[in-house]
Formats: sequence, structure tokens, C-alpha cells
Amino acid sequence: MASVVLSDAEKLYIIHGVQEDLRVDGRGCEDYRCAEVETDVVSNTSGSARVKLGHTDILVGVKAEMGTPKLEKPDEGYLEFFVDCSANATPEFEGRGGEELGTEIASTLYRIFSSEGSVDLKSLCINPGEHCWVLYVDVLLLECGGNLFDAISITVKAALFNTRIPKVRVLEDEEGSKEIELSDDPYDCIRLNVEDVPCIVTLNKIGYRHVVDATLQEEACSLASLLIAITSKGALTCMKKIGKGSLDPESIFEMMETGKKVGKSLHASLQKVLDEEESLGTTRQKVGFLG
Amino acid sequence: MAAVAMRLPVIRKAVGPSGPRGGEKHLVVPGDTITTDTGYMRGHGTYVDEEKLVASVAGAVERVNKLVCVTPLKTRYNGEVGDIVVGRITEVQQKRWKVETNSRLDSVLLLSSMNLPGGELRRRSAEDELAMRDYLQEGDLISAEVQSVFSDGAVSLHTRSLKYGKLGQGVLVQVSPSLVKRQKTHFHDLPCGASVILGNNGFIWIYPTPEQKDEEAGGFTTNLEPVPLSDREVISRLRNCVVALVTQKLMLFDTSILYCYEASLPHQIKDILKPEVMEEIVLETRQKLLDLEG
Repeated sequence: MASVVLSDAEKLYIIHGVQEDLRVDGRGCEDYRCAEVETDVVSNTSGSARVKLGHTDILVGVKAEMGTPKLEKPDEGYLEFFVDCSANATPEFEGRGGEELGTEIASTLYRIFSSEGSVDLKSLCINPGEHCWVLYVDVLLLECGGNLFDAISITVKAALFNTRIPKVRVLEDEEGSKEIELSDDPYDCIRLNVEDVPCIVTLNKIGYRHVVDATLQEEACSLASLLIAITSKGALTCMKKIGKGSLDPESIFEMMETGKKVGKSLHASLQKVLDEEESLGTTRQKVGFLG
Repeated sequence: MAAVAMRLPVIRKAVGPSGPRGGEKHLVVPGDTITTDTGYMRGHGTYVDEEKLVASVAGAVERVNKLVCVTPLKTRYNGEVGDIVVGRITEVQQKRWKVETNSRLDSVLLLSSMNLPGGELRRRSAEDELAMRDYLQEGDLISAEVQSVFSDGAVSLHTRSLKYGKLGQGVLVQVSPSLVKRQKTHFHDLPCGASVILGNNGFIWIYPTPEQKDEEAGGFTTNLEPVPLSDREVISRLRNCVVALVTQKLMLFDTSILYCYEASLPHQIKDILKPEVMEEIVLETRQKLLDLEG
């Protein structure tokens, strides 16, 4: 993870500030930075989204391709994640420096989406045992400004919301061979139901309290963090502890409660923005990357 | 109560240019022809291409008699003798420290350019060399003055005054060096209750005003007492104001920061970073600054 070096006095200032619920930029311990969400930014994908959370900038593209279902689940499609930490984000990611972080994030995403019910995989099936939709989700880190996991999960949810998979029909020939027909209308597509897609909330332990949405400086002051995946209904699907420090079971319980509360408002806010964007339709002014 | 604010992006429009300030600036981008007149000497940021003088950086053209140069708008810090800088120690070497100052090369702080505790004046011995890490470690922040510039552009610093030295508790904001206005003094004690050091290299240090004035920051003992909440609020507000001014590309100096602070008082500290509030505050600051000039 990109990190900044801080002097001991600076770290002390941050830790004392968190104890008094006033962080360096004036936020409380449970406040997120202002986020900007935009979908449909990449034209040759089935769905895409870009989220800017303070200085963290993430771009996700989803491509739907046809493939064969897995042997143990013949009537379901599946998702494949790939995370690219580009050298644009920080010089540490130059060459193969970003690979370790990329695989860590990708494995976390696999874990979150492995729980039953996060995405309706049965809707991705075309022909049981023969054809199914495979969603290749590619995450690109454009800028690293702290709190990567949260931003990535928000962007993945927004991209899946924006994904449009073309409708296909399976036709049977007289000989029994199946043919797949794509509908002619480019707007005839199926959308995914992202209601139960979880979002990650990272809680960093700083001093005796914990904060949500830490900046790079705050991450440098925290020794242990808890990553939890929360659905919009408040159900906890996955939990992971990162960092070399230790966490008391009492504080883990407190962090979980805070995470659930914050996660629910995160989902509500994200859904509101996505619905607002959808309602604007073609009148929406596309900002893209040059805004 | 958790606050999560998400919004759709809007195309940012910079706050409009202020009134004519005595002639429009000639802005160029790399590749623009500055002049086809061959009588000019080329300075920094220009090169000659087929008898034309072409700009190699994006910035404003400056003309001094026969010398034409282009001062870039966004650049690394280029040291000049007498500048005040705020830097972070990156390495502790034999008889010197390497300091990061947002320039092309790390700056150098020689052991002989540092004041010994107690103000003694003597030749630095081997014990002093071994005790270097006790004074300044990797990650520490210092305020210093530029003593000289080496031929390759690297800057040599000194802290030979009680007002320079290791910095204690506070907040660092990193901005582009071209946005810090050159003034007589860069150490300001703002009336709102905090102090600020505007480093010429773009490192802005905001810290609580120290109580006693007789023992200044030149000492190496940092005050590790918790800073009171009221001071913290002032410092956080100032930090957000500096970020707002920088986002809207306004020059940073004590008056602009103070006006921005006053304009931001009706809003909550965390709201200052919202785009629409930022625009409103900076517009008001700009208006006040124009009234001050005119």
C-alpha cells in the first residue's frame, strides 16, 4: 500500500485528534470524504464506473463474455476479478511493485462475492452445462489516497449496476445442435440486481478509537484495521483483519457495530446517486476524465 | 451519526480571472512560438527551433530587456538563496542529513549548518556525528533557510537561527511551489489562534501558536502535550482553507489565508471541502483581496 512517512509529533497530533473526534480535515470518526460517482465512462465495456473519494481514484470496467460454466455449478455464471495497480497511482507501483497489492485486493473481492446471494449468478446462465455469461471485472487504481478497499467496492457495485448484458436466445436445430442468437436491438439487455452486493467498510484503529475512510496519513498512524463487507440490509458477509497490530475482541465488536451503521448509510447514499444518474438519462452531461 | 455524501461529478470551472492587473500575461504551452525575432537571448523554458523561439514548458512569458524566459506554472521547487523551506528528513548520512523539499534533488543539511543545543559554537566532533540521530531522525520535519545552491541544482540548507529547527505538532499541506507568494517573512502568527509557516517549496506547516516566546522553535525538545480542541478546530479550518485556495489556484499569503478563514466561518469545517462551498468561499476571498488592492 502506498504510504507516507510522518514525524512522531505529527502522528501524535493525529492520534489525539481522533480521540477527540476531530480529524485533521474536520471530519468526525464516522464521516466519509466527499465522493464523486460516475458510470458509463468507458465506451467499449458492458458496464463501467469511476469513483473519486478524496484523492483516491478508481476505475472499474465490466465485460460480459460467453464461456462454459464451472463443473460444480453448471447452471450458474461467474465473476472474474483482476486488479491493476497502475504506476500512475504512486511510484511504488512501478514495474511489478503493485502486483502484491493487486492480488490481495482481488482475493478479497473473490471472498466477498463468493457468498451466496450477493449476485444472482443463475441469471447469468444461458445453457446449463454448456454456455453461461462470465463477467470480467477489471479494477484500475488511478490514484492512491487512502482507503482503497472501500472505494474499490463502491466502484465495483456501481459498475455492476451499470452493466448491460445482451439478451440471447437459444435456438434448437432439427439435428439437435444449439445455436445462440443475439438480439438485433442493442438496447435489449438484462440488468443485474445489485441490491445484495456488499460494500467494504474499512475501520482503522487509531489510539483507542477507530475511524472510517482513513487518509494516507491516518493509515500511517494505525497499526491494525478491520475490513468488513456489509450488504445494504446491514448483513455482514465477510470480515478480515489487516495490519501488524492486535485488536481486542471488545473493540472488534464495537468496530463491527460502527461498520454496520456506516455501511447501511453508504449503500443508501450510493443507491440514491445511481438512481439520480439513471433518471437523468441522455440529458446527463458526461464529465469523463477531462472535467 | 455517520455522514456519507456522494454526488455526481460536475465539470469544474475555475473562478473567473480577476480584472486587468496591468497588462495581460502571455501564456504559452510547450511547442508554442514565443517570437520569431532572433534578437532575443533565450532563458529558461525556451529553445530555438528553426530560427523561432519556442516554449518548452507551460507558463507565462517573462521579458527582461533582451532576455526571454518562461516561468512554468507547475514545477518542482527551484532553490534560491534566502528562501525559507519546510522539509522532511529522508536519510541520515555521515555529517549531513538529506532533506526532501519537493525539488528535483534531495536537499542537504550539513551537520555544521545546524545549531547545537545550548547555542555552543565549536567544531563538530565525532561524538556529534554519532549523536546525529538524536537530533533529527528520518521522517522529522524541519524549517530551514537556503544557504547555497550547488551547481547541479541541489540546495544546501541551514538552521542557524532560533526560529528554524525541528517542527513539533501540527499539520502539513503540500501545494505547488508556484502558488506561494514571495514575502518579507514566511512565519505568520495569525490572529485566529494558530501559526503558519509558508515554505517557498510549497510545504505549508500549520501549528498551534507556542505559549512562551523566549524559547523558540530552535530547540530540539518537541512539546508532546495534547493540543486543546479549540486550537485543533482553528488548525483544521485553516488547513481546509489552504486546500480550497490551492484548488482554485489562488496565491497563498497570510492575507489571503486570513480572508479565506473569515469567509469560511459560517460553514462547518468539514463542509469547506465540498466543491460548491469551496467556490463560494474563494470567490468571497477574491473579492475582499480586490477591494484591498483597489
